Amino acid sequence: MSAKRHRLRLGFLPLLDAAVPIVAAARGFAEDEGLELDLVRESSWANIRDRIAIGHFEAAHMLAPMPIAASLGLTPIDAPMVVPMALGLGGNAVTVSIPVWQAMADAGAPGDGDPAKVGAALKAVIAERARRGAAALRLGVVHPFSGHRYELCYWLAACGIEPERDVALTVLPPPLMADALAAGRIDGYCVGEPWNTVAAAEGAGRIVTTKAAIWRSSPEKVLGMRADWAAENRDTVARLLAVLHRASLWCEAPENRGELAALLSEPAYLNLPAARLLLGLNGAVMPAAADAVPDFLIFARKAATFPWVSHALWFFSQMVRWGQAPMSAEALRAARQTYRPDIYRAALGPLGVPLPRVSAKVEGALEREMPVASSSGRLTLGPDGFFDGLAFDPDAVEAYVAALIRR
Amino acid sequence: MARTRLSVIVIDENRIRASIIEEGLQAAGCERVTVLNELEGIVERVAELDPDVIVIDLENPNRDALEHLLAVPRAVRRPVAMFVDHSDAAMIEAAVDAGVSAYVVDGLKKERVKPILDLAIGRFNAFARLRQELEQTKQALQERKVIERAKGILMQRGGLSEAEAYARLRRTAMEENRRIAEIAQSVVTAAGLLPGTSP
Repeated sequence: MSAKRHRLRLGFLPLLDAAVPIVAAARGFAEDEGLELDLVRESSWANIRDRIAIGHFEAAHMLAPMPIAASLGLTPIDAPMVVPMALGLGGNAVTVSIPVWQAMADAGAPGDGDPAKVGAALKAVIAERARRGAAALRLGVVHPFSGHRYELCYWLAACGIEPERDVALTVLPPPLMADALAAGRIDGYCVGEPWNTVAAAEGAGRIVTTKAAIWRSSPEKVLGMRADWAAENRDTVARLLAVLHRASLWCEAPENRGELAALLSEPAYLNLPAARLLLGLNGAVMPAAADAVPDFLIFARKAATFPWVSHALWFFSQMVRWGQAPMSAEALRAARQTYRPDIYRAALGPLGVPLPRVSAKVEGALEREMPVASSSGRLTLGPDGFFDGLAFDPDAVEAYVAALIRR
Repeated sequence: MARTRLSVIVIDENRIRASIIEEGLQAAGCERVTVLNELEGIVERVAELDPDVIVIDLENPNRDALEHLLAVPRAVRRPVAMFVDHSDAAMIEAAVDAGVSAYVVDGLKKERVKPILDLAIGRFNAFARLRQELEQTKQALQERKVIERAKGILMQRGGLSEAEAYARLRRTAMEENRRIAEIAQSVVTAAGLLPGTSP
């Protein structure tokens, strides 16, 4: 135990879902495992990707599709990556400008975030704009390979809005979204918290629906690292996972929420008032709803940190759907192998962490919270439905993509 | 169709650094250099200027947006990739270390682009050194002011000559293994707590 502390550099972007690594570094969890976590706040996902690839960072808070894209050879620097752990579920929302919201409200959009009804109103607004020859709505996402892009496009398409024809998608960094909305450079966006409630608090936008409403308990950020580094440093990776697991439990505990908000509000992390961060942490993001959005942001419950292979394959299915990746057996295999539940099991199983018996599941199959077969019998999952009722079978990716494209 | 002159766009929110790079590129024979301080309207500018190389600083939060734009086929006439060569790890590392990234039109010969990247990397590093030196100069100036004030306090309160006041500061610093500026700061702070002195 007296061995020299192993120092790891870990990149992150200022978002609520960077909480697990931030807590791991700031609250001494890392030291307990003989690790020293050096957290580096980055200004772009591209920087995180490049600095992982060239070895400046050993690991990073990453958009889940990014390591998959790297393993598929879709990124500039050829460096296959792995995901041994997820950093939570949910946490994103869709915000539109006040004028767009007013038009949507006139078209019958409810204030409770119901994706089907809100989407129908947005479709009516878009159709009306097209009739009078107005420019297409400009919607921002944080990266071409992001859960934000895929859930936004999934929602739009399921509501009869063709993302590549009916709107103009643009990319912006999370902290600049609210400003761009206020300045009228974009009409709406999908981003992680706190960058939705920030726009709402400043009167620049209105939150219309959430990731949790579009796809309940859905994957978002992950711990990404180079595949070769993970293979050469198995013990360090296992210790890092143990640290992050403990941090995830701390983040999840309701009694720690105030302290978590205070920590994240520090200048080195999110640099925003703690009171603002509490909204997202509490899921109190829908202005018209009295209750918090269920499962808005999950850090540890429901196996939130387990790297489900079915999550990797869903992201891959969306890359194929939107023409970013080819549908081939080889690509499918590369996407599948990016997620490494085996590393997660080997690291956390011995610590008594409840592990699901399987590593992939049909996404959208659970209508309510259910106990599932696990190593300890204490694990519950779900509900995990897509708002349109469609389910994703990870053994039938091609058929799923075909069905999405057909409709 | 070999181009005789390369067109380079430099995107840098730091105007001073951008102009240092611009000047360097021009001195190196690059005549078509355009500096953009923000990303607003970049698609139109890229289409209009048809650059061979785009250089961007890594602090710029708009890198993801730039990459997205470069990947949209209608935004640029020719495909743009990052860096010269996917496998040129040393070059990429030097660039990231220096805080700069570059996007290069696919198919452009490595030997034509390398001097541009070398120059950008060199200028970024030089700028970082310059900034560091400036910081050090500022700090030295600040420290000298504090030492002057401490000397004044010792002369006024202790009836010492200027040389004696300085000698006392230096001796205390040596005894306590601290820097003279730190001892001087302690004197100024302590004097501020005591009545009858304006530090």
